[in-house]
Amino acid sequence: MKLVKLLGGTAIIALAAGAASAQTELSLWYHGAGSANAEEALVNQLVDDFNASQSDWKVVIETFPQLAYNDAVGAAALANELPDILDVDGPVMPNWAWAGYMQPLGIDEAKFEGYLPGPIGRWDGEVFSVGLWDAAVALTTRKSTLDKYGIRVPSLDAPWSREEFDGALSAIAASGDFEYPLDLGMAWAGEWYPYAFSPLLQSFGGDIIDRSTYQTAEGILNGDAAIEFGEWWQGLFQSGYVPGTSQDAADRETGLVSGKYAMSWNGNWAALPVIEAFGDDALFLPAPDFGNGGVIGAASWQFGISATSENPEGARAFIEYMLDDKWFAAFSDGTGLIPTTASAATMTQNYAPGGPLEVFYGLSEAQALVRPVTPGYIVQAKVFEKALADIANGADVADTLDAAVDEINEDIQANQGYGH
Amino acid sequence: MASKLTQSNRAGWLFAAPGVALMTLFIILPFFLAFAFSLTNQRLASPNPTEYVGFENYSDLLGLAIFTLEPERDEGGEVLRDDDGEIEYPRLRNFTRNNPDYPNLQGKREWFSWQSGENRTVILASDVVFMKALINTFTFVLFVAPIQAGFALCLALLINQKLRGINIFRTVFFMPVVVSIVVVSLLWQFIYSPGDGLLNNVLSGLTFGLWEPRDWLGNTATALPSIMAMSIWQGVGFHMVIWLSGLQTISPTLYEAAEIEGSNKWQTFRYVTWPGLRNTAVLILIVITMQAFALFAQIDVMTSGGPLDSTQVLVFQAVERGYGKQDISGGSTISVILFVIVLIISLIQRYLTRER
Repeated sequence: MKLVKLLGGTAIIALAAGAASAQTELSLWYHGAGSANAEEALVNQLVDDFNASQSDWKVVIETFPQLAYNDAVGAAALANELPDILDVDGPVMPNWAWAGYMQPLGIDEAKFEGYLPGPIGRWDGEVFSVGLWDAAVALTTRKSTLDKYGIRVPSLDAPWSREEFDGALSAIAASGDFEYPLDLGMAWAGEWYPYAFSPLLQSFGGDIIDRSTYQTAEGILNGDAAIEFGEWWQGLFQSGYVPGTSQDAADRETGLVSGKYAMSWNGNWAALPVIEAFGDDALFLPAPDFGNGGVIGAASWQFGISATSENPEGARAFIEYMLDDKWFAAFSDGTGLIPTTASAATMTQNYAPGGPLEVFYGLSEAQALVRPVTPGYIVQAKVFEKALADIANGADVADTLDAAVDEINEDIQANQGYGH
Repeated sequence: MASKLTQSNRAGWLFAAPGVALMTLFIILPFFLAFAFSLTNQRLASPNPTEYVGFENYSDLLGLAIFTLEPERDEGGEVLRDDDGEIEYPRLRNFTRNNPDYPNLQGKREWFSWQSGENRTVILASDVVFMKALINTFTFVLFVAPIQAGFALCLALLINQKLRGINIFRTVFFMPVVVSIVVVSLLWQFIYSPGDGLLNNVLSGLTFGLWEPRDWLGNTATALPSIMAMSIWQGVGFHMVIWLSGLQTISPTLYEAAEIEGSNKWQTFRYVTWPGLRNTAVLILIVITMQAFALFAQIDVMTSGGPLDSTQVLVFQAVERGYGKQDISGGSTISVILFVIVLIISLIQRYLTRER
C-alpha cells in the first residue's frame, strides 16, 4: 500500500515535470510597457490563456517601452537574437520584412476574410503580420459647438468640402470663444504626423510617394496638389487656427474637454474620455474632402513571426489562437480601438450598433488608406514629418517639399529601390 | 619614455588593463569603424551588400556652390518689382532641379544669400540641415564654454569660504548635475512652455503683467538660447567642483603673504588665485568644449532640431541619420567630421595654453 502511494506520488511528480518540459518556450516581444490603457494587461492575459489552452508551447512575454522598442528589435536583429514572435507597427513591417527580420505568417488567407484592410500587413504579395485592432482618426467636436456657429454636421456620404471646413474654422476663430478652433496634435511629434496628416495631403491629390512604383516622390510630394496642400497647411498656422509645433503635450490631451479648442483631429483611442465628458453631445466627424475624397490613416500594431524563429509553427499557433472575435472584442473593450472584424464589433460595448464609437468602424471602412507600403517608409515618414513641421513654422512651401522629395529619392536610390 | 612605460612596469599595465580594454572596445574601435563606414554606403538594416563609395558621403555633406541670381526683366530690360518695390527673382528651384544647364546646382538648396546691386548672390549647400547644425553647434560652444566656465568659477569662489552651512549651498549648486539630463530637459520644457509656462508666469508677475508670453522653444530666435541657458544651469555644478578642487590646492600661505603685502581682493585674485588655477582652467576649458560639442539629449527631448532647424546640432543629426533614417554611413560621416573639429580645437587650445 505504502509502495503504491509512493509510486503514485512519483508518477504525479514525473507527470508534472513532463508537462512542464513538453512545452517549448516561445519568446514574444511587445512594445507597450506602461501603456495607459488595458492593452498591456490584455496581452498578458492572451499569453496566459494560450499557454493554458495547449501543452506544446509556452509563450514568454518580454515588454518594452514603445520609444525603445524599434531600436531594440534592430539591435537584436544585428545580434541575431530576435524573439520568435514580434509586435510590429503596421507601416514599419515592410521594412522589417525586407531587411530579413520577419517571415511570412503562413496562415491561410481564408482566415482573413471579413477583416478590415488596415490590420492585415502585406509585403511582396504575402501576409507578414496581422493585428487584433485598427485605429481611426476623426474630427472630434461637440454638436452644440457646431450648432452655435451654424455649421452643418457632415456625414460620411457628405463630408465637409474644403470651403466648408475653412469656413467653419474662420467662424469659430472670429467668435473668440476658443483659444484655437482646431487642435491638430502638433505636440505629438513622430509617427503621428505621417499617420494623421498625410491623409490630408492625399485628399488634396498628393501623396508621400508615387505608389505605382514606390521609386520616386517627384511630382507627387512636390506637385501642384501637394503645393496647394502645403499652402493651405501653412495658412492654418498663419491664421492662428491651430496651435503650432510647440504645443503643450498636456493641452493636446485635455484641450478639447477643457474648452481650449473647439475641434480636435484625434484618434479613437482618445475618444472615450470625450464621450465621458460630453455624452451625446460628442461628435466624431469624417475627414473633410479636399477634392479627392476624405481620407484617414490605417494600420496599427500587429503581430508577426521573426525570420530566425526556430519554432515558426509554434509562433503561428499563437497568432492563430489570437485571431478570434473574442480577443478582438476584448482588446476593443479594453482600449477603445476598432476590432478587426464586423462580427467582433457587434460583441463590443463601443462598436456594437448604437454604441458610442460605432461611427469609427464606418470611418475605417470608408476612408482608411494605409501608409505607403514600402521598406523606405520609415525614412519617408521622418522626412515628411520634418517638412510639415517646417512648413507650419513658416518655411517656403515649394522649397521645403522639393528638399523632402530629394531626400526621399536619394534614400530610395541608396537602397537600390528597396526591392520593389 | 618608452623604456619607462615598458620595463618593470607590469603592475602598472595590469592596473591600466581594464580601462584600456574598455576604452579600446567602446571608444577606439567604434571610432575606426565609424571612419570605415563613412567611406561606404553601410545601412543599419538592409539585405543589400555594403559598397565602398569613397568620399561621396563627405561631398554630400560638405558640398557648396555659389550662384548669382539675376532679376526678372520685362521685354524692355527693366527690372521687375513686386508691389512692395522688392526686386523679383526667378525661383531658385528652376536652376537646382533637373536643369541640364546647371549640373553643379542639382539637388542643392539655398543656405543663405545677400544682395549685391540688382543681383542676389546665393550660397547653396548640398546639405543645408548639416550646415545649420554645424553653425548651431559652434554657436552653442562659443556661448556655453566661456559662460559656463566663468559662472562655475564665480560659484566656486562663493562656496570656497568657511561659512556655517556652506555644504548646503554646495549640495544645492551641485544637484542639477546629479539629475538625469533627460529629466532636466523634460522639466525645463514645462518651464519654457508657451502661454502659461512657469517662466512666462514669473516674468509676467515680475513686470506686473507687462510681459508678453513667449513661445521660448517654438521661436527660431529664442530656441537655441533657451537650450543654452538650461544647459549652463545643468552643467555648471560639475565644473564648479573642479574649480573648487583647484582653489583648494592653492597654498594658504600665498594668501597670507598677499595679505601681509596689503593686496586688495582683486589683486589677490589676479596675482594669487588665477595663476594658481592655470592648470584647472585648461582642463575646464577643454572639458566644457568637448561636452558642448556633444550636445544631444536636450535637443532630442525638447525640440528635435526645430523650429526651422534653429536647434539642429551635429550629434543629433548623426543619431537622427544613423538610427532614425537607418543611414549608418551618413551618421558615421558626421561623427568623423565632429571628431576632426574637436581634435583641431583641442590642439589649438593646448597650443595656446602651453607652458611657456
